Amino acid sequence: MLAETNVKTADKVVVRFSGDSGDGMQLVGNIFTNVSAGIGNQVSTFPDYPAEIRAPQGSLGGVSGFQVSVGTGVHTPGDQCDVLVAMNPAALKQNYKYVKPGGVIIVDIDSFKEADLKKALFTTDEPFKELGINAQVLEVPITSMTKAALADSGLDNKSILKCRNIFALGLVCWLFDRPLESAIHFLSKKFAKKPAIFEANSKVINAGYNYGNNIHASVSTYRVETQEARPGIYTDINGNTATAWGLIMASEKSGRPLFLGSYPITPATDILQELAKRKDLGVKALQMEDEIAGVCSAIGASFAGDLAVTSTSGPGLALKSEGIGLAVIAELPLVVIDVQRGGPSTGLPTKTEQTDLMQALYGRNGESPVAVMAPASPTDCFTMAFEACRVAIEHMTPVILLTDAFIGNGSSAWRVPDADEYPAIKPPYLPTDRIGDASWRPYNRDEDTKVRYWAIPGTEGCTHRIGGLEKDYNTGAISTDPVNHERMVYTRREKIARIADDIPELDVLEADGADTILIGWGGTYGHLRTAATELCEAGRPVAFAQFRYINPLPRNTEEVLSRYKTVIVAELNTGQFADYLQAKYPRLNIKRINKVQGQPFLVKEVVDGVVRILDEEK
Amino acid sequence: MEEQTVYTAANYKSDQPVRWCPGCGDHAILNSLHKAMAVVGVPPHKTAVISGIGCSSRLPYYMNSYGFHTIHGRAAAIATGFKVANPEMTVWQISGDGDGLAIGGNHFIHAVRRNIDINMLLFNNKIYGLTKGQYSPTSDRGFVSKSSPYGTTEDPFIPAELVFGARGNFFARSIDVELQISQEVLVAAARHKGTSVVEILQNCVIYNNGIHNFITDREYRAERTIHLVDGEKMLFGKNKERGLVRDGFLLKAVEVGKDGYTIDDVLVHDAHCKSNFLHQQLAMMDGHELPLAIGVIRDVEGLTYNDEVDRQVEEVRAKKGFNTLRDMILAGETWEVK
Repeated sequence: MLAETNVKTADKVVVRFSGDSGDGMQLVGNIFTNVSAGIGNQVSTFPDYPAEIRAPQGSLGGVSGFQVSVGTGVHTPGDQCDVLVAMNPAALKQNYKYVKPGGVIIVDIDSFKEADLKKALFTTDEPFKELGINAQVLEVPITSMTKAALADSGLDNKSILKCRNIFALGLVCWLFDRPLESAIHFLSKKFAKKPAIFEANSKVINAGYNYGNNIHASVSTYRVETQEARPGIYTDINGNTATAWGLIMASEKSGRPLFLGSYPITPATDILQELAKRKDLGVKALQMEDEIAGVCSAIGASFAGDLAVTSTSGPGLALKSEGIGLAVIAELPLVVIDVQRGGPSTGLPTKTEQTDLMQALYGRNGESPVAVMAPASPTDCFTMAFEACRVAIEHMTPVILLTDAFIGNGSSAWRVPDADEYPAIKPPYLPTDRIGDASWRPYNRDEDTKVRYWAIPGTEGCTHRIGGLEKDYNTGAISTDPVNHERMVYTRREKIARIADDIPELDVLEADGADTILIGWGGTYGHLRTAATELCEAGRPVAFAQFRYINPLPRNTEEVLSRYKTVIVAELNTGQFADYLQAKYPRLNIKRINKVQGQPFLVKEVVDGVVRILDEEK
Repeated sequence: MEEQTVYTAANYKSDQPVRWCPGCGDHAILNSLHKAMAVVGVPPHKTAVISGIGCSSRLPYYMNSYGFHTIHGRAAAIATGFKVANPEMTVWQISGDGDGLAIGGNHFIHAVRRNIDINMLLFNNKIYGLTKGQYSPTSDRGFVSKSSPYGTTEDPFIPAELVFGARGNFFARSIDVELQISQEVLVAAARHKGTSVVEILQNCVIYNNGIHNFITDREYRAERTIHLVDGEKMLFGKNKERGLVRDGFLLKAVEVGKDGYTIDDVLVHDAHCKSNFLHQQLAMMDGHELPLAIGVIRDVEGLTYNDEVDRQVEEVRAKKGFNTLRDMILAGETWEVK
């Protein structure tokens, strides 16, 4: 079959599915991703959906998109796509700008009638001309062919129309030579309880695939390279699931049961939902009455001896501030996950941003230091969720983990780790020889790490009282003594600072001849790393480093950054990390690349930004 | 008197000096609580006392148990997490009327609705004491305070009504000075499985002295209160000469032997009755037309949140049979790269 076609060889390709939010674009995107990962591609996805669950059909506000990059060397979902599927005129209008020059647009021409064009605010009946599109457009009668394929199915018209997305999927599978059996396998799981619907969809996916085969003369098809991955068992995982699973791994490695107190909020709800399923691993996930109860139930569980977590997004983090302060002064382990979204206030609930950094670092009353970390990619969410738990427990402190909508919803292939790949987490239990020792007080601490001991309620011989009032350094009794208060403030601060001795140093991707380093933090890793590589290839070498530990910073941070004439900080806010670094290290020459559009960086934006700064700094 | 366990009240007292104002009703409640705990006999190390903010919330420091003095209004949420995480512990939650019903009102009703197995003590002095005298959500309409110099323009909550609105299964009431009855209801609260709410009318000697005098005044107390005991006739008055009888859908106080009412007409208290219809009427009596009810008003068994969570965990674990995260992942969609 492939022999007759004009096959383009690419190391990676980007496909964007778009349609009404009820058209099932997330489903076909996910199946395409899973099928690709299953044949050994690296994958990276970017679901881009509206905040409205169902905006008016065919309207510009109701367009839902799912972009995926598959192949080798995949670090991002791609700036632009090779193939765009647009199920209606609104989807075309919202997405045509993402198509690469020379790319292909597949449209359901049956949904480009006059009324459809009006809903998408076209003023002429020539939508492609009106938008100035010169990409290759494949006008496919998806609706009528789906109807024809299911004419004898006995399904009603509404159910038949719901299969349109699967026709498009079949066509795209043909374009990229994806095995249909694998896609049909995913469909069988999805519709396990609706055999008639499964039957219809498997008919339609074949119809779409065959349609592609029959018209092959008119499009170039692609072959996508597979990559040599490290041997092992793989699964496709998004960042929010990876976060949830990292917490479970930490529970296994610490021996403390996992407790989640949470409240539904976009884009963090997946974490609550995943952990609610994990009663099969003994996880207790409580949907509480509000965000405050989410963090407070977790604090209660922490006092009781559990590995306690609360998950939220920016507005929820604001509500949890007072609770986090309680965990700071009570010196209890607590993991707070903030899947960042656009703000302030309700802002852009479904879009990505890195604008909660200052809130995480400083958003509490009093001197209230906490550890702050940020995973670099969907799969890194697993590692960093584990790390957040390890540090919270071993250092008896709240840890805020800043993920974001982009990596939380984005997915990629992930090798399932063996249990021994992660270290044991050692809770700082009150030593057994001190249980029953009347001289022990709850705020007695290890003088090297400044960590207080954890006496689990229920244990005989170490009943104690803690609380939000300042306590005496030695006796643990309530104290308003001025000098004692200052001592406690500095002790809590020092406890956090000393975590630096217990985290990895900053890793630098060196570049020959570079006197400039590009840095970022958290979820922008893929875009920044790709930009740095492209800059080196273009003869404008820059070194690169991504921060995953924000407070405390890795020990070698100042030493590493001081080696460069210029430090360029790229981040999805107005400069919060740059300000933080500049305040800590005033001598660094810090330049900034910022974007606050609720969208991830485009690699090109970063490359252009770096070139501009390099030229200015010459 | 109940049989004593191996513990005495002294076993539950911490070494910290009690810092409430002299004459504060909290002292009496603390003593009743120590005694009740000794009667129930849960060891101090299996007991946790969790409070919010306010005068009453200092109480955990005076207990020789595990204790957590938390933040304003949140004790119910913190106690919920604690109990679910460590269900072996007996949990007491201490709140005042401001802490529990104003800033913490949401957590209060949801804890009651979930029927989490904790004992909630609501110290009701109808005032904010720790902030020096502002009206609270239980202050009567027109109440003059520092933050309502012309009198409040709002109606108060009646705690019992909230408990019933949230489908509560246990409600009891006492008065700080009624040491025996306080002990009796605290013991019953501890023995009840599920959320037990105990309202204790408490006097703030500094900012709201005498607020409950209408009820507590020795001269009238027997006439204006009724001590409800499960299985016993609803009688009150100095010589138990008065009783509560049915009057259509409502209650009526009558003199036994007068107007044709005999002892047989007097209702028998059934705290375990599933329907809360009569319990609500009893709890809403305020000492004016009808005597204020003290004692255990409602005590009905129900499924507790924490038990149900544990039951589900057990069932799902048995069904799926996963021991580790890896087992669970490998049972899903995976592929192997060799």
